[in-house]
Amino acid sequence: MKTETLTSAPATSSEPKDEQFERFLYQMLLIRRFEERTGEMYTKGKVRGFLHLYIGEEACAVGSISALRPQDKLITHYRDHGHAIARGIAPQRIMAELFGRVDGTSKGRGGSMHIFDKQANFYGGHAIVGGHMPVAVGLGLAAKMQGQDSVTMCVFGDGGVAEGEFHESLNLSSLWKTPNIWFLENNGYGMGLPLAKSVANEIYRLAEAYRIPSVRVDGMDVVGVHEVTEKALEHCRTGEGPYFIEAMTYRYRGHSMADAELYRQKSEVEEFRKRDPIERLKARMLQEDMITDRDYDELVARVEEEVAQAIQFADASAQPGLDTLYDGIYKENANG
Amino acid sequence: MAEMRMRDALHDALREEMLRDERVFLMGEDIGGYGGSYAVTRGLQTEFGPERVRDTPIAESGILGAGIGAALGGLRPMVEIMTINFSFVGIDQIINNASKFSYMSGGQFNVPIVIRMASGGGSQLGATHSHSLEGMYAHFPGLKVVCPSNAADAKGLLKRAFRDENPVIFIEHAALYGTKGEVPDDPDFLIEFGKASVLQEGTDVTVIGYSGSVHQAIRAAKLLEEQEELSAEVIDLRTLRPLDIETVVQSVKKTNRAVIVEDDWRFGGFGAELSAQIMERAFDWLDAPVARVSGKDVPMPYNRNLEFAALPSEEDVVEAVLAML
Amino acid sequence: MAVEVTMPQMGADMTEGTVVRWVKQVGDLVNRGEIIAEIETDKATVELEAFESGIMRKQIVGEGETVPVGEVIAVLGADGEEMPEQVPAPRKQAAETPARRSVEPQAESPQPAAAGVTGDVAQDSAAKAPPPAVEEEAEHEELTPPAAGEKEPAGTGGKASAAAPAAPAAEGGARTRISPVARRIASDAGIEIERLQGSGPDGRILRRDVEAALASHRQEATGAPTPPAPVPARPAPQEAIPSRAVAQRPVVAGQQTLSRMRQAIARRMTQSKQTQPHYYLTLDIDMTDAMAFRKQINGSASEEQRVSVNDLIVKACALALERHPKFNAEFHENGLVYHDAINIDIGIALEEGLIAPAILHCGGKTLGQIARESKELVERAKSGHLHAEEYSAGTFTITNLGAYGVEALIGIINPPQAAILGVGTVMPQAVVRDGEVVAREMMKIALSADHRVSDGAEGARFIKEIQGFLENPVSLAL
Repeated sequence: MKTETLTSAPATSSEPKDEQFERFLYQMLLIRRFEERTGEMYTKGKVRGFLHLYIGEEACAVGSISALRPQDKLITHYRDHGHAIARGIAPQRIMAELFGRVDGTSKGRGGSMHIFDKQANFYGGHAIVGGHMPVAVGLGLAAKMQGQDSVTMCVFGDGGVAEGEFHESLNLSSLWKTPNIWFLENNGYGMGLPLAKSVANEIYRLAEAYRIPSVRVDGMDVVGVHEVTEKALEHCRTGEGPYFIEAMTYRYRGHSMADAELYRQKSEVEEFRKRDPIERLKARMLQEDMITDRDYDELVARVEEEVAQAIQFADASAQPGLDTLYDGIYKENANG
Repeated sequence: MAEMRMRDALHDALREEMLRDERVFLMGEDIGGYGGSYAVTRGLQTEFGPERVRDTPIAESGILGAGIGAALGGLRPMVEIMTINFSFVGIDQIINNASKFSYMSGGQFNVPIVIRMASGGGSQLGATHSHSLEGMYAHFPGLKVVCPSNAADAKGLLKRAFRDENPVIFIEHAALYGTKGEVPDDPDFLIEFGKASVLQEGTDVTVIGYSGSVHQAIRAAKLLEEQEELSAEVIDLRTLRPLDIETVVQSVKKTNRAVIVEDDWRFGGFGAELSAQIMERAFDWLDAPVARVSGKDVPMPYNRNLEFAALPSEEDVVEAVLAML
Repeated sequence: MAVEVTMPQMGADMTEGTVVRWVKQVGDLVNRGEIIAEIETDKATVELEAFESGIMRKQIVGEGETVPVGEVIAVLGADGEEMPEQVPAPRKQAAETPARRSVEPQAESPQPAAAGVTGDVAQDSAAKAPPPAVEEEAEHEELTPPAAGEKEPAGTGGKASAAAPAAPAAEGGARTRISPVARRIASDAGIEIERLQGSGPDGRILRRDVEAALASHRQEATGAPTPPAPVPARPAPQEAIPSRAVAQRPVVAGQQTLSRMRQAIARRMTQSKQTQPHYYLTLDIDMTDAMAFRKQINGSASEEQRVSVNDLIVKACALALERHPKFNAEFHENGLVYHDAINIDIGIALEEGLIAPAILHCGGKTLGQIARESKELVERAKSGHLHAEEYSAGTFTITNLGAYGVEALIGIINPPQAAILGVGTVMPQAVVRDGEVVAREMMKIALSADHRVSDGAEGARFIKEIQGFLENPVSLAL
């Protein structure tokens, strides 16, 4: 199945490998450039509020979300731009939301941490750490009770693991055998706190304690993440209950724009940059003759253009009318 | 019409709604095999099975969030929080997810969930188990807050709650479960939200209550009539959000005096909000400052006499009325 | 093309930043993504990376300097590119970063076209723009209310406000306690709330008080009791005389609208009776000596200098008031107000009614002065030439109907005074003196006093004092 843009094409198992890899590469480049420019827009005051960039973690979003089908549901944390892009939401609508404009995904009501898109079955970026996890259980439960072939993937960070809601959610999903993929993006830090100071055990082993099959995967390897997620999806679809994936990843940037990064060494960042997911996939594709350097440069140029257009679109989009301030607090009832 | 206890009226509402709409299902701690802490759900699991009447572990945040997710996923869940006191453990789900999902998504999503809770003091349960938090929940835009005072209203309002597209916090005063009243048996008996009921007409003072405090208001009105030959108009708000301020204002324009009765703490309570709205909208019709008869500003004591002193009584209401004449 | 590097926004609450260190120096090659400076915010020191590649051409802000977010701190240029001499003027932040609590503009204001604008032109237009600081100051000035005495709001000239009816907040900080609904009904019906007596908590005037006043108003107007009618929602002032009620009563011979004086009397007397609890004391005074004394001084006096019986009483009262200040006082919720001056109103009957102007400062005046001023006052009252102070500054009143042969007169206190002395005629009466029945010139006086201010015994001592002066008239000449 060929769709209009590479970003919105769902994974299909019949897809040739080179096409699939090229799509992964394009999406990761798109996310990275989107995030770089978003950071720039923040320093210029176009984007306000809190801004958390996803740079370095691209393989997690692209590898896992590409395994989902349109009817599957996705709910994630507040570092959510990458997931939204990987889910096929148009970058220009995401950028417009970051600009707070009327063409944004939430018409300017959400902002960076709260991207939602119903059509994409994207149940939001959520900014209370761990708070979205029980909602994922409910989405899974609803699908199960209604006999729908739909899996809900919940993305969360290692910072959420010490929250009670993590444990309640894993327990409930295991008890009720809900079709949930628990996708942990373990980037080593909950804001500035290293993992060793927040969780008493290796995290995938916590999942085992709730009798949830779990696997740890290299989160800097988009192909590996994709394969694991496909497996998890299959598990959930058979009614076996939830599946837990711990993807080991790293964010190059600070937690947010105001982060002085006092808690880690530059050398540590440099170490992880050597394992950069984009460079890694590019190298493999060059090696396997899937692309040429020229192809790569073309991809980079396309991404540059797409992000520039997104910014242009966002900048041209109107401010929401003040008369719409109260719109959307309640949904009107059909019968009043 | 049949005379029944409020608990049975609630039970019938749940049962009728489950029969009417297969998307409706119930979740909560001990609502199935045990029959519900206040016996509202007794028998329903036998009738509808363990899927639609789902016993949950003690995990308020988890089950509230799961209810919200199920609502987003196309179902019409009712989550029973055994008592309102336990809702603190899961309040993040109610405030950050249920009440804001619609607005933050620019109206793309909505959360049609009914969250039932038992509230109120007076049973010597001590400070952690005697809260009246109707006003606190009414504070949040995005929620609807319903607090019936009698069996018929309980049924009509609960059935109406299941037809709402938005999160409804349905608060039942624990002391009222056993109170009896005439209840219509029409399966389409619904009571609109935002319509207060004038329980008794009067000319000298308007006494406003909700949930349990409606009963203090009614008894006070009787005392005022018998002992002081004063005629009190008694209003039951029924829902705090939406609030039927019009009915209150119309009454105050007639009586020129208002007394608000509530179990909740006075400081920053719902009575303060109501009082402010009355003054904003009916200042030129007031003959006295709006009076509040509220719970005393203390954590609820265990001792029976102390607890009695901490809760508003009909004598307090009478005293407040006489002080404004 | 030159690229401006601006002070970055590095956190939601950041408004300004300090360049701690320039990592790249002028002339250095800068690649996109490289760190060019360290910026200190109030929360942390963060690294600023270049968003474009180029050569560091200028560092506008030095190390250690603090500038607002959005201000240009450096300029990057292409290799070999000549830089204009002038540095771009610091820009105010874009519309997207409005001041806190202000609302973002709904439509973006058109940006000046960047392309084709030379550095000089940009500089020029920036120079013409008013400095932001001045703009802000101007805004503040508009918001600042004019200082007292500098400017007066239009239409509130000194005269106008003096002539205006008393504001609800009475002098001395005492505010009439009245409920909002009572105030509204009273205002709609044209009832002055000062004349109302409150029956609510702490004397608050309630709706029922206003309605009672409305009902009694009607009753007075029709001369017969009317059944309490429901108060119309917005009764107009003229409905105070309900024509409907008159029409139902064919026996009424005529109807007369109230003169302003009649209205004032009605209002003030009602107010007095409704708000001032009166008590009454009467006393017989032997005026025989006083009459003889008067005859004596009048014998040689010109017409202007003649002393009336009333003048004697005024003088006696002035002396007594000096010793009994409670009867020269006023009641307020917050306490009694004692007057310095003793200004004695004397009731004067006129064609259209009654007036009681004051003889001012009686305390320091001789009997002769009082006599002279009293005559003058009556003249001016009859010709309508009283001074404003004489209308309003009275602190005690004497009402005397002796000229009509009235034996005794019990007055209604003239609010806000604390007492009134009613005086009857002087006539010969048989009295017992030293065990013998003798004829003496007797006069009855009656004190009506505000019980909120004084009690009966105090009143008794006060009129005994008056009696003392009048029965020993020499003291009046001192």
